[in-house]
Amino acid sequence: MRKRARILVPLLAAAMAAAACSGGGATLPTQGSQGASPPAGNPGNPGSLPRNETLYTTGTQWGPPAHFNPIREGDHATGTKGLVYETLFHYDPNTAKLVPWLAESGSWTSDTVYEAKIRSGVTWSDGKPLTAKDVAFSYGLGKIETISFHNLFDWLKSAEAIDDKTVRFTFSKANYQEWDFNLYSRVIVPEHIWAGRSEEEVLNGANEKPVGSGAYTYQSHDQDRVVYVRRDDWWGKSALGKEPKPRYIVDVATPGNEVAMGMLLQKGLDLSNNFLPGVANLVNGNFGITTFYNEPPYMLSANTAWLVPNTTRKPMDDPAFRKALAASVDTKKIVEGVYGNLVKVASPTGLLPQWDQFVDQAVVGGSGFAFDTAKARKTLADAGYRDRDGDGLVENKDGSKIKLTLMVPTGWTDWMEAARTIATSAKAAGIDVTPDFPDFNALVEKRSKGDFDLLVNNERQLSNTPWTYYDYVFQLPVNKTQNTVNFGRYENKRAWELVQQLNQVRTDDVAGMKAVISQIQRIHLDEMPIIPLWYNGLWAQSSVATWKNWPSAAQGAPKSAPVMWRHWLELGGFETLTQIQPAGS
Amino acid sequence: MRQYFGRKLLVYALTFVVAVTVNWMIPRFMPGDPVAGMLARTGVSQPAAVEAMRVYYTDLFGFDRPLWEQYANFWATLLRGDFGISIWLFPTPVSTVILRAVPYTLALMIPAVLLSWWAGNRLGAYAARRRLLDNTVLPVGYVLTAMPYMWLAVLLAWGLGVVAGWFPVAGGYAFSLRPALTGEFLLSLVHHWVLPFLSLFLVALGGWAIGMRNMIIYELESDYATYLAALGAPAKLIRRYAFRNAVLPQITGLALQLGVLVAGALVTEIVFSYPGLGSLILKAIQNQDFFLLQGTFMFIVIGVLVANFVIDLVYVVVDPRTRAGMAGAQA
Repeated sequence: MRKRARILVPLLAAAMAAAACSGGGATLPTQGSQGASPPAGNPGNPGSLPRNETLYTTGTQWGPPAHFNPIREGDHATGTKGLVYETLFHYDPNTAKLVPWLAESGSWTSDTVYEAKIRSGVTWSDGKPLTAKDVAFSYGLGKIETISFHNLFDWLKSAEAIDDKTVRFTFSKANYQEWDFNLYSRVIVPEHIWAGRSEEEVLNGANEKPVGSGAYTYQSHDQDRVVYVRRDDWWGKSALGKEPKPRYIVDVATPGNEVAMGMLLQKGLDLSNNFLPGVANLVNGNFGITTFYNEPPYMLSANTAWLVPNTTRKPMDDPAFRKALAASVDTKKIVEGVYGNLVKVASPTGLLPQWDQFVDQAVVGGSGFAFDTAKARKTLADAGYRDRDGDGLVENKDGSKIKLTLMVPTGWTDWMEAARTIATSAKAAGIDVTPDFPDFNALVEKRSKGDFDLLVNNERQLSNTPWTYYDYVFQLPVNKTQNTVNFGRYENKRAWELVQQLNQVRTDDVAGMKAVISQIQRIHLDEMPIIPLWYNGLWAQSSVATWKNWPSAAQGAPKSAPVMWRHWLELGGFETLTQIQPAGS
Repeated sequence: MRQYFGRKLLVYALTFVVAVTVNWMIPRFMPGDPVAGMLARTGVSQPAAVEAMRVYYTDLFGFDRPLWEQYANFWATLLRGDFGISIWLFPTPVSTVILRAVPYTLALMIPAVLLSWWAGNRLGAYAARRRLLDNTVLPVGYVLTAMPYMWLAVLLAWGLGVVAGWFPVAGGYAFSLRPALTGEFLLSLVHHWVLPFLSLFLVALGGWAIGMRNMIIYELESDYATYLAALGAPAKLIRRYAFRNAVLPQITGLALQLGVLVAGALVTEIVFSYPGLGSLILKAIQNQDFFLLQGTFMFIVIGVLVANFVIDLVYVVVDPRTRAGMAGAQA
């Protein structure tokens, strides 16, 4: 025993000393806060990224970066699409216009033919030039049956390179709105690398060491991070006159929002795209943290949270009941109580603020709804839903009890609280709603089978056109499993025809779009197949310790989206990177 | 000797088979469909494409086979050391995911368990000797041992991390570094390791100290101690005998702790965003990643069994009664 102690004591002492050293090491010459980042500016050491040239972001990935395959759009490592791989266009929500990117221009040469001119001087990170062939090849991958954009080839006949600079897309049916969406959504991959790959590898390959055309190349990744380094020979510097400012971007995978909060306060993070409750206190306190607005709602809007009734079940198959339900929800209470005003009450149409011009105020004035318990009660009574047994809750027309459950995923604390609020305010109007919190995967399974009464969903983001929203609401046919759209299984042929008609209106024909949208809106508001609740925020908290000039509502500040989420780099996220400046400058 | 180990090994083999079976069953009987969750992430709206993808991935993971066949396949691949492909981190093989995380978990666990055990035993033994120490060690020990890991972890992260700024609150090493055999990198590793280690170490320490103190007091009141004292043996000698006897139950406790601490490390790793197995297990459950879950649990089961086996060996060395038992006096 004593002998062992003789060995162990020095060991323990050494361990403690090491701990103490590193504890002491933390008081390295920095100004107070240290921690998730080493002392700044150590260019002499190639091992350490210089703090003042590095942007640390988080809030997109929740575990180890799995792959760098841009074809797998739902789960590639942050930055794969947007930093490494690029699209033909970007889209600017502020001007509502496509921004030429890899394509210098594009136009419809006839009703069913679209030609894109590809920029010259664009090179892949392996030095080879990017040509129209790469573009045709990338779009052509859509012919693979299990690829996520395979439906493009339902109405696209062919994508061919007619010379080095021109790609011609020939359509069987011109869905102008959806096509613009595809123009800024589909990544362009190098044919000389991908052509030799099997379908299997295209779809499921990890694509380590990705070769892209973007402003950044992959440097390294580990369990909890992925690191990109800026390309000095990126084409955009001369062609666009833009350059992203950070030389290095490190995207950190944090398992939870608390950790992101801690790192943000330690100044080890520059941009957090997590939902941080109580961010108002951070912004108003002296923490050097900014958000887009310095007052409620603090954030831009990213998507709409909807209350989805299952229209195949009684009494949710009755528009009158759905309208009563819509009027019974106290959304303001959710916005204030659950979110501390970080989100906004949605318009009765559910269209995001960015699409305000497409809201037909006359229709909303006539058929819109607002929180009004008395009106909800009256609507129920008029439609024949009465409280016959005096428990304060209404019954079906045939006298059977109404007992509805509202599901939201367990662990989504803000939504759980919102679901409780919805249940309480529905009960106040006489509708018996009980919140239920299944595991996320169990919820997905029930949702796709239509095995639910009510749920909350926000899986459609801001895009170039309200068409994507109406596609989400009205898409037909209803299948055995509904995976991404029309979870409520609402069937209205007329509405779906109108949505398809809208899809075929040219994107520059705003008046034509408004005319169709107005008709769709009337159906939506009269029928209430889906109930808009609030606009979810584009969660973004930035630290001004290392980088400044973050997008904000202030005069002269950039207005792009400060976000690294997948698919948002094309919607302003990348532009933000070109606008920020080192804090020391 | 051979009989003793033969029996032990049989028990271990049985435990292993049961553990593997349970490990295979639990995720499969959880509600939800992992492939559906995976497809929900891809956000494909076209029904035909979704159906084609569903069939493809269900076949890829072998979920379309009868259950008994899945079970047999599971054993077959397991014995080849192949844990399959992670669903959540598709297309990464599970073994890759685990091997990247294991070093961090081991680096936390092994020092935390062993050092807390060693230091706790020392502290407890001293406490049994001096009233002043006893009056401090006992209450402090009780407070520490009653403290939930995560709560202490959060306190440490907030106090020493965010407020004082002495230690980082996330990551296995600084986010500005890449792994390399440099002083800076190693220092960064240790720097990020201190807080998670401390939270595990402190909580375990309290328990060991209290246990040891009580055992020593019990041993010092036993007949042999009284007899030795009557013979006029020095107190130091008596204490050494008492310590040796008191340490035996602690060794058993150590074996049990090894199993429990994995769970402790899980919470700690999540709080400090430490890239070990802990956060993986949680995410694997949330994403119904059968294969990753099986892989991590397999690792834990094997770890606990090996630890217990080592403790059995140690027992043979330190406890003469075990050796007597092997000589034929079967209890």
